Amino acid sequence: MKKVFILTIGLLLILTLVSCGTSETPEIETPEEQTPQAETLDPITLATTTSTENSGLLDEILPHFEERYNTRVNVVAVGTGQAMEMGKNGDADVLLVHAEATEIEFVEDGYGVDRHRVMYNDFVIAGPEDDPAGLKETTGSDAANALDIIKEKQALFSSRGDNSGTHMKELELWQSAGVEPAGDWYKSVGQGMGATLNFASEEKAYVLTDRATYLSMKDNLDLDIAVEGDERMFNQYGVIKVNPEKHDGINKEGADRFVEWILSDEVQDMIAEFGKDKYGQGLFVPNGE
Amino acid sequence: MENILNGFAGALNLILSGDKEVYGIIGLSLGVSFVSVAISMIFSVPAGIAIGMNRFPLRRSVIMTINTLMGLPPVIAGLFVYLLLSRSGPLGYLRILHTPKAMIIAQVLLISPIITGVTMAAVKNRGELIKNTAYTLGAGKLQILWTLIREFRTSIGSSLIAGYGRAISEVGAVMLVGGNIKGYTRVMTTAIILETNMGNFDQAIAIGIVLLTLFFLINIFLQRIQGA
Repeated sequence: MKKVFILTIGLLLILTLVSCGTSETPEIETPEEQTPQAETLDPITLATTTSTENSGLLDEILPHFEERYNTRVNVVAVGTGQAMEMGKNGDADVLLVHAEATEIEFVEDGYGVDRHRVMYNDFVIAGPEDDPAGLKETTGSDAANALDIIKEKQALFSSRGDNSGTHMKELELWQSAGVEPAGDWYKSVGQGMGATLNFASEEKAYVLTDRATYLSMKDNLDLDIAVEGDERMFNQYGVIKVNPEKHDGINKEGADRFVEWILSDEVQDMIAEFGKDKYGQGLFVPNGE
Repeated sequence: MENILNGFAGALNLILSGDKEVYGIIGLSLGVSFVSVAISMIFSVPAGIAIGMNRFPLRRSVIMTINTLMGLPPVIAGLFVYLLLSRSGPLGYLRILHTPKAMIIAQVLLISPIITGVTMAAVKNRGELIKNTAYTLGAGKLQILWTLIREFRTSIGSSLIAGYGRAISEVGAVMLVGGNIKGYTRVMTTAIILETNMGNFDQAIAIGIVLLTLFFLINIFLQRIQGA
């Protein structure tokens, strides 16, 4: 209670000062008061998935936020599972993750507030250039059918195996194919997307990957896209504020601004443009709401 | 705090679970590190004795190099082995990347400087005396080496424990070259990383406790042997 009281007083003081500053007569303006957008935020901690970090998207857009609010965003890029756990433990202020079902549950359980869609990209099944299971001719864009064939031909498949959003999506697809992913041909590596792609490339295995990470690493991989375009391989990213009432010290103000900012038209446009110059296609499609 | 407490309970659970996967992980950790130490020992102990006792040109540079390599970051050792064994690397035709063999190679690389270095430091001072004594008693070269190993068994034992500790607790090298494949190259340290990434902090702590406990038991065992 005491803390809340002090915080409130502090906030009131700041508000008074700010309103004084603006309502003051212009004659006694000091240079400091002249600087536009005096708003300054405490550093915020963003827990996100390795895919947003590895693709380079955050490096591209975050400086814009940091400059505008004169703050720093500490990015902790981990698997979705760990990101969620960080949110539960109050070790992050805001989450940018991709596992819709889990996200909704997270909010329903009261750990997060105010979830929004931000953007999506899609998953593809990548595989060795010589396509040993012959997926390119036979399956078209049917991901479940492709997995069925992989299992039938005992072609190597490498799985993230780390409860990440990508891993959960993969399990969903196996389920819709009605196939149990187990056996010598199924390699669960328990690592991030980048490491798993390198693994697949080395071992000549198929792999489910988000398009962004695949495109950004493509030059160093001996992997082609084998299956793409299945609606089930849709990869929706959401932003969630960590519930500030669960823990002390959550940067609520920062989280509010961050969510506002990432959903703004300006940033949504930046997201749409990202990667076009380098890969000839955007890596993410903004659909903020 | 809750996670740490759950970790202790989890550690007990893990050991008593009878879970094949868990035992596989523990067994692989112990096995890979054991084989690494055994292989490394064969050349690192004699090398340590030779460098520690003999005067030869560039000796100081050799010692400095070994001391520096004692601090070799595991990831770098792993990366080096990875690049050697990768399909595009010079030893790619062996096809042993992402196998326990690759993990052993990386660990041997990592711990050999430690075993060599610690042995070397131990024999530096008293080694000459023992060698001369053995020599005057009419011992041949191999006999002298054997005498030295016996005389310095405590120090050599320490070097092996240090090497084993390094091998079993490092994660960077085995993650890279082993690939953390479930049921095949997953060891305790990579399992800890995985559980942490998945947000199962208590499980990660539990495996950590098992790891420490095992290392403790190994220490007791080795101390018994040395004392005998």
